[in-house]
Amino acid sequence: MSSTVSVARLDDYRQVAPRGAVDLLLRLGERLQGRSLVNVSGSRYRGLTIEVLNRLVPILNDLGIDTSWEVTIGTGDFESITHTVARALAGTEQVVTDAMLARLREVCAENAKRLRLDADLVMVHDAAPLLVVESRAGNGRWLWRCHHDLSSPQPQLWNMLRPVAQRYDAVIFSDASFAGSLSVPRFVIHPSVDPLSERNRDMGRSEQATHLDRLRVPRDKPFLLQIGQFQRSHDPLGVINAYRLVKKHYDLRLVLAGSAPGSGDNVLAEVQEAASQDPDVRVILLPPDPQTEMNALERAATIVIYKPLSAGFGINVSAAMWKGKPVVGSLAGGIPNQILPGVTGYTVETVEGAAFRIRHLLGNPELIGRMGAAGREHIRRNFLITRHLGDYLALLAMLTK
Amino acid sequence: MSGEPFVFHGGIDLKELLPYEAHDVRQLLEQVGRVPLESLFCHTAAALLHRSAQPTGYPNDFAHWTGHEIRDQRLAERLAAIDPFESGSLEQMRGELTATLSDHLQHFPPSVPGPGIEPFRFFQTHLVPVPTGHQARTLREFRDALAEVDVSALFYHLIEARYRLGRGRGDFAEWVAAALELPQVADRLGAIVPYGGSLERIRDRHLTVLTAALDEQRR
Repeated sequence: MSSTVSVARLDDYRQVAPRGAVDLLLRLGERLQGRSLVNVSGSRYRGLTIEVLNRLVPILNDLGIDTSWEVTIGTGDFESITHTVARALAGTEQVVTDAMLARLREVCAENAKRLRLDADLVMVHDAAPLLVVESRAGNGRWLWRCHHDLSSPQPQLWNMLRPVAQRYDAVIFSDASFAGSLSVPRFVIHPSVDPLSERNRDMGRSEQATHLDRLRVPRDKPFLLQIGQFQRSHDPLGVINAYRLVKKHYDLRLVLAGSAPGSGDNVLAEVQEAASQDPDVRVILLPPDPQTEMNALERAATIVIYKPLSAGFGINVSAAMWKGKPVVGSLAGGIPNQILPGVTGYTVETVEGAAFRIRHLLGNPELIGRMGAAGREHIRRNFLITRHLGDYLALLAMLTK
Repeated sequence: MSGEPFVFHGGIDLKELLPYEAHDVRQLLEQVGRVPLESLFCHTAAALLHRSAQPTGYPNDFAHWTGHEIRDQRLAERLAAIDPFESGSLEQMRGELTATLSDHLQHFPPSVPGPGIEPFRFFQTHLVPVPTGHQARTLREFRDALAEVDVSALFYHLIEARYRLGRGRGDFAEWVAAALELPQVADRLGAIVPYGGSLERIRDRHLTVLTAALDEQRR
């Protein structure tokens, strides 16, 4: 993630964090100097979690907390098994054999011997390294940071892995609705956006215009935007239908931007077919690591739509709200936790609901500005990386002495 | 003005999910009678910690859930009227909550919850106190520091101190009375009611009182 590895110091966040928040973090950091934290993940290159860790690890070290980041490695079959297990834990029916679990256990045990895990706090991220805990030793406290939805895991698999999860001292979920049934303490820590990352940094209108021109998004009309993979679960066709209902009353465009998934859930061809009948619908296949492009699109959009049929936490909503945009979102995953209905945007259940809310906003343009400003403040208080850092420091303070 | 300086503390709260949840009003009544008092504090007084600058209406999580998920406005309004800052103790507030829920159920049997209703999940808040680095020896220093500190300091010194730890009228009023010997200013600070507001609004009201007191001193 080349876009997120530039070194930011905690002081750099004073301009964007809530008043007094950075001082509080610096003081708590001082109190925790000399303690150690090791993060363990299955990758250093994929996902929003990784972006946040890329930023948090150097800041924690800067605060005097000895923080490292270890990555489990294995052969191709190990990676394939971890993906299957992750999908099964998230509730998608998979075939997970005893042999696969044995292989997972074996590779995690090998990694446990190789990795440096002697820290006051060991935070294990997601499913791939979950079984590393079976080799835990020393006096450190162990946390499983479960980023996905564990509310309805595949029962047989969960029966086998639940005792493993309960070998941790606590489990952290991204949303209360994602929490699995466990006998150990369960904490809820929401994901966050980094306001200084390439995806979210301030960007002037001329730079926005440069990127929009390159993406061939005309700047002559207001536009609605949805960013998300072109797969059925993101409902791009539903978004097009909502746009069509709005288009009867307002002259505007729809921009659908995302990447094409490799799986069979791909609806790109259907989306392109629908778009081909309307010059005001622009379908953009984003390049790899499109942080700058997403930033420009979100800043230039009039209203952002995020209407997946199923979702994880959906932190994209916060990213758009940080840019001062009202968001019309579905009720999937963690989206209702981010949108304050009627204050920062609207949550909707149907295509018609999305169209109605968008029309309402376009008919009351002062609301667009007011909700956008309220949304940015809501994100400043609740979903910035500084809050996330505070949560991790508080865990360190509470669980280690 | 010879007392100890006021040392501002803030805090970072961690939310622990408890193994209690309710899917309808009857279950809410059962669980409110069962959960630790800390959890009731979390869903009433401590709701201030996470309330947005633009309040969405109901002042506690129970009222919010019955209003928005169960869509029972009558019950939501009655639960919203329960003021954790006037209840006297958390146990008394538990009594008020259960009495309100019981009475409502006697008159309005719960309907079958519709599809897609999110259950009420009970939490407990763990507050990790942190010195903010600000301290004050005079009224002016106190006012200036209060304007700058992290908003969690308002929660720590007012809500946590007064309503959970039982420290008099809250740390601000007690210090102004004891260290600065300004009982009238302390009375005015102690009279600020946190119910229904946001921490930023509470900060503004304190700053108004303190600025007026400084103006009076100058005259």
